[in-house]
Amino acid sequence: MQGWADGMDIYLLEAVINGILLGGVLALLALGLNLIFGVIDVVWIAYADLVMCGMYVIFWLYADLGWPLPLACLAAIVGVAALGVLVHLLIIAPILGSAPINQLLATGGLLFFLQNFATLLFGTDFRNIGVRLPIIELGDIYVSSARLLAFAMALVGAVALWLFLRRTYIGTAIRAIAQDRDIVGLMGVDQRHVYLVTSAIGGALAGLAACLLALQYDVHPFVGNTFGPLIFMICVLGGLGDMIGGFVAAFIISQIISIGGYYASTELSYVLAFTLFIVLMFVRPRGILVR
Amino acid sequence: MSALLALDAVSAGYGSFRALFDVSLEVAQGQAVGVIGPNGAGKTTLMRVISGLLPLRGGAMTLDGRAVGGLAAHRMVEQGIAHVPENRRLFPRLTVEDNLRIGAFIPQARKHFAGQLARVYELFPRLKERRDQAAGTLSGGEQQMCAIGRALMSRPKILLMDEPSAGLAPLVVAQVFELVRRIRAEGLTVLIVEQNVQQVLDVVDRAYLLEVGSIRLAGSAAELKGNDFIRKAYMGL
Repeated sequence: MQGWADGMDIYLLEAVINGILLGGVLALLALGLNLIFGVIDVVWIAYADLVMCGMYVIFWLYADLGWPLPLACLAAIVGVAALGVLVHLLIIAPILGSAPINQLLATGGLLFFLQNFATLLFGTDFRNIGVRLPIIELGDIYVSSARLLAFAMALVGAVALWLFLRRTYIGTAIRAIAQDRDIVGLMGVDQRHVYLVTSAIGGALAGLAACLLALQYDVHPFVGNTFGPLIFMICVLGGLGDMIGGFVAAFIISQIISIGGYYASTELSYVLAFTLFIVLMFVRPRGILVR
Repeated sequence: MSALLALDAVSAGYGSFRALFDVSLEVAQGQAVGVIGPNGAGKTTLMRVISGLLPLRGGAMTLDGRAVGGLAAHRMVEQGIAHVPENRRLFPRLTVEDNLRIGAFIPQARKHFAGQLARVYELFPRLKERRDQAAGTLSGGEQQMCAIGRALMSRPKILLMDEPSAGLAPLVVAQVFELVRRIRAEGLTVLIVEQNVQQVLDVVDRAYLLEVGSIRLAGSAAELKGNDFIRKAYMGL
């Protein structure tokens, strides 16, 4: 067939498109992690494992209990948002003033707790919610509609977050607290309240990502390990706390992985991505967008 | 006339260091009161105690007859105290208008946001011109306008100003005191802390001299201007 993509390497184009689609979900997670870091000044090492929890919520409610999928997804978003608030209240709030290494260890401990708790509840089997969305044909190019949906929803989530941060009082307070946390009290802002709202939003973003990933991947207790390090790399590359930088970095990394996977292999593409990461850490240690 | 803000034998400090000893002062409704004194006298500590950034260790504080001592900073704003901190402390990457918006964070101020914003822009037209600019890009004088405007957005009963002239060029300092006069003309009650003794005594009704954490002298601006000790030690006359 004489397609519009004639003369181009169709498979390369497919890889590029898949890279963009993959970047959407990674960008969403990077936004959540950067938000938490920028506002609360804590790194949630267990962030990817909150996503894992959300995927299990969907699996349990939809595949086990037979809830409608949209309702199960909504429950996952609300549930992980609540989990985010719990993480803050039980783990972060008591050690807010302590050394960063203690905070890393505490949220790192949460990672092992969540992974083993999930193993206890569900075992180590790979589970799939069993939803098969059709493959879309665009000329000669095949695109998974699950990925397309995930990309679209990730963008919707990012835009919703942006509007929330720009248009509401509490959103303005969230942006302000990241710039000068000692002085926001003088504006009538209760720091503890802002931290709770931020933790809930960070959790909700992880819950949304869980919905989008559950459509494409199996869930198992260690699924967070497959993309957790990637999200951290993206956040550091974009400059920790820099939400726009993280957003851009997500698409750079996803392209490297996708195109690298096409020319070589997926494993090598990860090696490439982390190599670039190390090089950029020397060249632009404070983030790619820092002037 | 009973005092709008009254401090009775207030003490405060950091760790084992005591910065304020039994400080008592009063600010009447509609008055402008100055607190002068050398570096390290406890002027900024006094402001931080009144606005709730630093806890009260002893003594009492009333606003409009209600005991407010020991409330957290965000509760003090709800009570009607607005604090323009030392060095302005704007949110540099937020726009001017977002800085003003966050000044109106408390529920009773949000209701009046549009009207109060118009009032602040009327008071400081320059801020309206720069409303979409990041606050960090403003000049020193404009930043002071923005910091005062941000405090006014909460519709306070009393405005605390901590060293509004600090770090500004002499010409800009004169402009800042002009701003203080403009705010006074609005009928707002002001408590202002300054090292710039000569100029602050020109804009306030009464003043206190704070030295090593204690009130050493108090009186009307005219009395203090005529006081030999103040003239020698603080005005270089």
